[in-house]
Amino acid sequence: MLDPLSIFLRGRPADQWFLYGFSYTALVLAMGIRFMYKYRGNAYQQWRTVSVMFFQLVFSFLIPAWMMMMNQPEFYFSYFWPLKYEYLFPDTVGWFTGNYARTGVFLVFWGAVMSFIAVPLLTWYFGKRWYCSWVCGCGALAETVGDPYRSLSDKSLGAWKVERWMIHSVLLIIVLLTLLLWINSREQGTILGSYSLIFSKTYSFLIGSMFSGVIGTGFYPIFGSRVWCRFGCPQAAIMGIIQRRWSRFRITTNGGQCISCGNCSEYCEMGIDVKSYAQRGEDIVRASCVGCGICSAVCPRGVLKLENGTVSL
Amino acid sequence: MHVVIIGNGIAGTTAARHIRKLSDCRITMISDESWQPFSRTALMYIFMGKLKLESTYLYEDWFWEKNRIDRVQARVREVNPAAKNITLGDGSVLSWDKLILATGSRPVKIGVPGENLPGVQHLYHLSDLDVLNRLSRGVECAVVVGGGLTGVELAEMLVSRGIRVTFMVREKGLMARQLTPEESNMAGRIIREHGVDLRFGMQIREIRGNGRVESVVTNDGLEIPCGLVGITTGVAPETGFLYGTGIETDSGLLVDEYLRTSVKDIYAAGDCAELRTPAPARRAVEPLWYTARAMGETVARNVCGNPEPYCQGIWYNSARFFETEYQIYGQVPATTPSGITSLYWEDSSGKKSVRINYDTATGAVTGFQTMGIRYRQQVCEHWIATGTHISGVLKNLSMANFDPEFYRRFEAAIRACRLS
Repeated sequence: MLDPLSIFLRGRPADQWFLYGFSYTALVLAMGIRFMYKYRGNAYQQWRTVSVMFFQLVFSFLIPAWMMMMNQPEFYFSYFWPLKYEYLFPDTVGWFTGNYARTGVFLVFWGAVMSFIAVPLLTWYFGKRWYCSWVCGCGALAETVGDPYRSLSDKSLGAWKVERWMIHSVLLIIVLLTLLLWINSREQGTILGSYSLIFSKTYSFLIGSMFSGVIGTGFYPIFGSRVWCRFGCPQAAIMGIIQRRWSRFRITTNGGQCISCGNCSEYCEMGIDVKSYAQRGEDIVRASCVGCGICSAVCPRGVLKLENGTVSL
Repeated sequence: MHVVIIGNGIAGTTAARHIRKLSDCRITMISDESWQPFSRTALMYIFMGKLKLESTYLYEDWFWEKNRIDRVQARVREVNPAAKNITLGDGSVLSWDKLILATGSRPVKIGVPGENLPGVQHLYHLSDLDVLNRLSRGVECAVVVGGGLTGVELAEMLVSRGIRVTFMVREKGLMARQLTPEESNMAGRIIREHGVDLRFGMQIREIRGNGRVESVVTNDGLEIPCGLVGITTGVAPETGFLYGTGIETDSGLLVDEYLRTSVKDIYAAGDCAELRTPAPARRAVEPLWYTARAMGETVARNVCGNPEPYCQGIWYNSARFFETEYQIYGQVPATTPSGITSLYWEDSSGKKSVRINYDTATGAVTGFQTMGIRYRQQVCEHWIATGTHISGVLKNLSMANFDPEFYRRFEAAIRACRLS
């Protein structure tokens, strides 16, 4: 059924991956329009949603398809290591540079620059929201399809503790794995032997498929919309550390205006108890905040504002 | 030392929290209404299905345990200042060294025939919500009496259930004693746009019904059929159970600047307290979330032996007329006094406005009032406190804006208002 579209976009018949990408993008677009209607009075929500829809459609669907048509690797410019872990694995780097000449070199260069320079800089300037709720495809699905489930996220202190342990463990694992694979490749495979493939396949299956794919998106109605982003995503972990320690981004509380109603915490998809900060008049600086801005949108007294930096009198 | 707090609203809970910050004493907080301190201002969102009751709890259970604040759900039957104890509903007696009364308000009756019929309802207590839930089932039309913010909220709640609401306001405009005419008109327009039948200068003479409300009769003899009557004509300090204790009262529990009542070691904070000497342009009883919280903080210091007078500070408040937010900082009276100039800008949509009052002679700003635009409290208060000249305020007006990113900005248009 999707063959004509697949041949038009990718120059080959539809397969299961095309069906997946097509459904994913269609859902993001359809539910994105619903979301934009729901928050029609809110300019931040409008622009943010247009942005995630655009990046999903163009960067995660059309460009990779077009690259396949051009006999280039199916490359996703909007995902970077360590979320797209294999982009900096020695195998992938070797395959890109070996088979795709200058294009391959450019793709490896792009991935490294994004991971090590652009991501830290943009996160310092805007907070992790520039990626998580404006660009990322996982975020796109969570913000659109996942919107009806955002209030299901666990707000307890226990969940916060589990979150910090889990997300940093995943980050540690992928960093160590990447390092190990590079050392192994330097030593001509003498360290790991045939185990290198098993390690990367295991990570790819457990974290890449089961956690981010199945639990992260399939369990929206049980755990809320951002399970993967909150508990697993190593990209979010890195940006979270930058956001918590160095970023200019914060959610400002407007003086003493909080009436403790609880709307902000209820609708926080990352399980942040926003109210506990707002009712004390404190700004919210939390590693997990993806800057979706819903707390500010649902606040009946206009108490919360997403800001880069502070206003000094 | 044992501090007993009667009432677990925002005044009582804030007092408890701050006493714990300052002291290691035993703290007991008593409430008849709810074991869990909750946000009264959020009741409407529970009714409208946006929040669960649990989401409105001020703190999670671990908070009370960690801070060793004992909660007792009971009705206080008697306060005995001489013996320094209280008697609870079940007859048990609890002694105290210091007592804080944070009993809040009660809704006032309007005193018309039929007011006690089933279907006549206030919106104040948690239990009112259950009653409203039950009463609103199957109801097609409702009447809301009383043109304050609670009335607006009750109208919004009922409209969200598809009920046709007639909103009766005694004055000639919405909140005519608090709001300047332009903002009052704007709020009225917004309320009408949501399908509410807003009537000014209308009072209720009688509520009719046979076992349940069927209609109301107005002062002009008009009979309006309805299945529900919401009474939101105001609140009064909840002091009833304290008669005979010797605590001096007027409309509320009279307190000095340290929030002490006339009886030693008994303090009062929040809606139930009445200041003997309110600050200029401020009321003696201010039944408001923000003032109750501020008083709770001050009373905690005084109870813990760090005497600090209650400072009413620069007035602020915020509210909402359906989706349009309202904010006020400083003094913006309904009628602009002589010697004050009022700069008013309204957007062509008729749904956004900014008003800045300033001293005509010196140019010092005295108040800000916005509709549909968020302003930054710290900045406005700073300008008011330092008497910043209106020119300087207008020049730096973007600093005060607190709207989300990508919102249209109107600073240039507001500046242009002054020149014209």
